[in-house]
Amino acid sequence: MSATYIARSTAVAARRLGEEMVVMSALDSTLFSLSEVAAVLWEAADGRTPLDRIVRERVCTEFAVDEATALRDAEEFAAALAAHGVLLVSAQPIEPPAAQAAAASGDPR
Amino acid sequence: MTIEIGGLAVRFRTADPEFCSLLAGRYSSFLRPDSAPEMEFEMVSAAPGRTAAEQDLEVSCEEGRWLLGRGDFQAAFDLRSRRGRLTCVPNPYSVDALLRIVHSLLLAPAGGMLLHASGGVRGGRGFLFSGVSGAGKTTMARLAPGDVQLLTDEISYLRRADDGFRVFGTPFAGELGTPGENVCAPLAAIYLIEHGSANRLTPVRETEAVRRLMRNTLFFASEPRLVADVFATVCELVRRVPVFRLEFLPDARVWEMIQ
Repeated sequence: MSATYIARSTAVAARRLGEEMVVMSALDSTLFSLSEVAAVLWEAADGRTPLDRIVRERVCTEFAVDEATALRDAEEFAAALAAHGVLLVSAQPIEPPAAQAAAASGDPR
Repeated sequence: MTIEIGGLAVRFRTADPEFCSLLAGRYSSFLRPDSAPEMEFEMVSAAPGRTAAEQDLEVSCEEGRWLLGRGDFQAAFDLRSRRGRLTCVPNPYSVDALLRIVHSLLLAPAGGMLLHASGGVRGGRGFLFSGVSGAGKTTMARLAPGDVQLLTDEISYLRRADDGFRVFGTPFAGELGTPGENVCAPLAAIYLIEHGSANRLTPVRETEAVRRLMRNTLFFASEPRLVADVFATVCELVRRVPVFRLEFLPDARVWEMIQ
């Protein structure tokens, strides 16, 4: 099974309000309130750590959930946020934001 | 003529006596001839017949230059040079619209915002009543007792301060038809208003408050950086200022709950 990598889009703003993480797409101002588990995934979405490792090392250690269920939920979460453009999902590691922005603008630096 | 709202001054240069008369009348308590302007506009008369204020406002930004257009006015300005040009027929709606947009753009990176809300100052503390059209903003202003200084019945002006947020009076009037008083106060509470079968006050969770206030925020730009600035301001606002849901009956007793 191939690895999945997730990274936060550069076109989002996120704030923790009390126990909740709120993420807003700066492109269309859509707001998302993340559950505790989703917030863990969000904060761990560095583009370098495979999703299954995030689930195993972060989610399953903090929440009472089996790995297969947690991974399935995490993949659904990633796909849903990716559909709104606030999370990037790839089968390859995702470059850091500066490189993403440069690639998007055609800047070859 | 220099119009100062919320501590930010915008100067309009015109030799047209009709424009001068319009500005002097509508913004009389907000005129500050000695204030250093944050923005300066040359006003130019438009050809007669351009009065379709109902037309949708179009806002765009190209390489730092903002272009605004509606049936009754055209404007172009640059936030870096702080200069622009307004072409319109002499009517208050064009100047009001321009001022709202310019202030919202200047406030965004400075931790301020414009909110669809009426408001007042009571006992030195500011209270805002936010809602969509028809929620009761003007009604709350009309019901205000005599010890309340009205800030506006339509568009409220907020700025971040060391001790929280401050609210300022604005000349932007709704159905009440009169400008707010040119005063400011620390913001004590925000009420998300709706008509109800009784007067009832309920605290609103922070995330829900952010969601509701974002919907009621006046913002015309789509630049991700500025949108993120507004989001950050709203998040900070709900952290620092209590937000309540206020269901109310349209009589003066509702103000007994505003303390």
